[in-house]
Amino acid sequence: MTSKIKSFNELKSVQKRLKAGRDPKKPGITVCVGTGCLAYGTKKLVENFREELSKRDLADRIDFRTSGCHGFCERGPMVVLSPEKIFYQRVGLADAGEIIDKTLLKGEIIDRLLYVDPATGEKVVHEDDVPFYKKQSRLVFGLNFQVDPESIEDYLAIGGYGALGKALTGMKPEEIIQEIIKANLRGRGGGGFPAGWKWDATRKAQGEPKYIVCNADEGDPGAYMDRSLLEGNPHLVLEGMVIGAYAIGSSQGYIYVRNEYPLAVKNIHIAIRQAREAGLLGENILGSGFSFDVKVNRGGGAFVCGESSALFASLEGRAGEPRAKYIHATDRGLYDKPTNLNNVETWANVPFIIERGADWFAGIGTAGSKGTKIFSLVGKINNTGLVEVPMGTTLREIVFEIGGGIPDGRKFKAIQTGGPSGGCIPEQYLDLPVDFDELTKIGSMMGSGGLIVMDDRNCMVNVAKYFTNFLVNESCGKCVPCREGIRRMRDILADITEGKGREGDVELLEKISTGILDGALCALGNSAPNPVLSTIRYFRDEYAAHIKEKRCPAGVCRDLITYSVDAEKCTGCMVCVKVCPTGAASGERKKVHVIDQAKCTKCGACRESCKFDSIIVR
Amino acid sequence: MEEKVKEIIQQYSGDKSYLVPILQDVQREFNYLPKDVLCAVSAHLSVPISRVYEVVTFYKAFSLKPKGRYQLSLCMGTACHVRGAELIARNMEDILGIKEGDTTADLEFSYETVGCLGACALGPVLVVNGEYHGHMNIAKSTKILKKLGKKGATDDEQD
Ligand SMILES: Cc1cc2nc3c(=O)[nH]c(=O)nc-3n(C[C@H](O)[C@H](O)[C@H](O)COP(=O)(O)O)c2cc1C
Ligand code: FES
Repeated sequence: MTSKIKSFNELKSVQKRLKAGRDPKKPGITVCVGTGCLAYGTKKLVENFREELSKRDLADRIDFRTSGCHGFCERGPMVVLSPEKIFYQRVGLADAGEIIDKTLLKGEIIDRLLYVDPATGEKVVHEDDVPFYKKQSRLVFGLNFQVDPESIEDYLAIGGYGALGKALTGMKPEEIIQEIIKANLRGRGGGGFPAGWKWDATRKAQGEPKYIVCNADEGDPGAYMDRSLLEGNPHLVLEGMVIGAYAIGSSQGYIYVRNEYPLAVKNIHIAIRQAREAGLLGENILGSGFSFDVKVNRGGGAFVCGESSALFASLEGRAGEPRAKYIHATDRGLYDKPTNLNNVETWANVPFIIERGADWFAGIGTAGSKGTKIFSLVGKINNTGLVEVPMGTTLREIVFEIGGGIPDGRKFKAIQTGGPSGGCIPEQYLDLPVDFDELTKIGSMMGSGGLIVMDDRNCMVNVAKYFTNFLVNESCGKCVPCREGIRRMRDILADITEGKGREGDVELLEKISTGILDGALCALGNSAPNPVLSTIRYFRDEYAAHIKEKRCPAGVCRDLITYSVDAEKCTGCMVCVKVCPTGAASGERKKVHVIDQAKCTKCGACRESCKFDSIIVR
Repeated sequence: MEEKVKEIIQQYSGDKSYLVPILQDVQREFNYLPKDVLCAVSAHLSVPISRVYEVVTFYKAFSLKPKGRYQLSLCMGTACHVRGAELIARNMEDILGIKEGDTTADLEFSYETVGCLGACALGPVLVVNGEYHGHMNIAKSTKILKKLGKKGATDDEQD
């Protein structure tokens, strides 16, 4: 694709031609090469497929495609065979030849590569029947399976850039903004601010040029949907941005992406180049007279740079320190010019709204939160991965029906949402419909969509300390309440987990929180106490156990626990004796082992290696 | 060295707003950011050295000290944390004899903890020179260090 597309009509015929070239009945192999799957070594599997196909002279007869993340990262490497959509998971790197010979050529199913539904014990053949996928509505994320992120042809073949064509030729900028307002698209990056209003404000603001920015900093540790979108379907994000730029009246856009996401950086660069060559980006897009281009800037690894004013400072090549918000970014943002910042997923929703209309979009979700949301469901959960559901789906559905519940038969304890600015939600709220407003009501927030599941072996005080510590390290240090306040909270939490907690510590934490909430300069500070406040609210007993009884009920806090051997369960297998680095575990074969408390450093090696679950931690 | 720095700056058309990515590329080239290199960036990009220093010390991605031959990054994202990354972190520090963020005196190992790597399904994750090792635990981390030649790492032979 090197020739420029000069009009919407020409775009339509290109789409049609490319679509016709993609025979839906033609046998095909799709291998997921998202970061999760690549970490399993999938690159080698792709090479093997290519080699085996050419060995058999099949390269022309089979559509071989690598795609972005499918979401079910728990089960990688993953291969889907079209047209039947046969789903193979945990594929061995050497399985390529067998899959081609048996399934592709003879139609035989390879049993051992099928997914087994843990609930029923039944094997599932087709991708759509896997419970993890079945309960989702993969609107935004679903396109990932259909395109090779490095191929603009793939994207065009599924109708890509059609929404842009429609917007540029058939809609006035104001109409587009009205459509986004009517759809009530709310920002997916955390705050849930209505995107349409922000666009409107930027359009109406005084000052030229105007900028639009895509926030792909994704600082929430435990969330990776923005990465998977940018990696897996960069043209979708780009299309959303061009539409937004036209509506707002901007000719220069930026994508601010984490440097830790090399594949996303690479794929978005490729996409930008292809879009320019195709006349979908750059001068006179689709012959409409509208010009717009995008630059990519890599972040330096600072959580605070996800915050708008810090992000702009970083984009300008400075240290990412936020400023007070008495001036809106829509008036004076990047280089003090009107700037519209939206999150990756927010931009990715735009083409759908333009294509199918605001009414259709507003028909999905709850009263105040429309459309779908992609969550990264991680932690103590059977099916780790990316999950896209309509707003309003309950936590219980997400955790137990899609996520398949808690591993090793353990008990659900809490789910953390909203990242370091969010909170821990206990079991009693599992039936809560998840949307922006409901989560805020119970002291957490939607955030960017991280859902971290915890079981009875996770200590809530430790989790609060973890987040607080994260924020101590990430506070930019500009304002005192955040810099000093969070540090003090961390020190108090550390004391509590080390058995040095005192009566009144919980109340002191609450008091400091109030100060930080009122006094901090930016949203990093004035949401920082949330993890602490929500754990105090729902797990006060656990704080009390640490402070009054010097006991960690979950068996996590090192200074409050002891390791011992359960004589009933120990078989005398000697494994713990071997792994113990200090010689604290001792014993003879076939006799119950013992742990010498004087030597034990509580490193956890014995518990991890014991196959009989006979190490007791109290 | 000057030439290389100039070349990298040229790739960004000498645009000052690209200071952060330029420094990232420069660091990749020189393994860390020595003083003379920073001065060269300052001179050729016409950004005061004080500003360069401010940026370098602000962002976690930059190092003013040389990095080791093996760069170990342990994910401390929330997903990895709740699956026990803390215990592994302690094990790494015990065996390496350094704190997170440091490099061993023999310049063999640099060890740091990082935020989410986006591979939460494999958590806990340890990255060794860019290669991901998933479902990490204490015994496996010991084994990896031993394989890389770290003395004093005892190993679970049975695993
Ligand atoms: C400390 C902090 C970190 C943030 N990190 C991110 C981030 O990583 N990604 C993101 O999209 N928004 C992040 N935000 C929210 C942004 O400031 C901003 O609200 C958002 O990008 C706007 O886009 P949206 O309206 O489409 O959500 C962060 C906010 C704060 C205060
Ligand atoms: S939290 Fe470790 S990879 Fe996401």
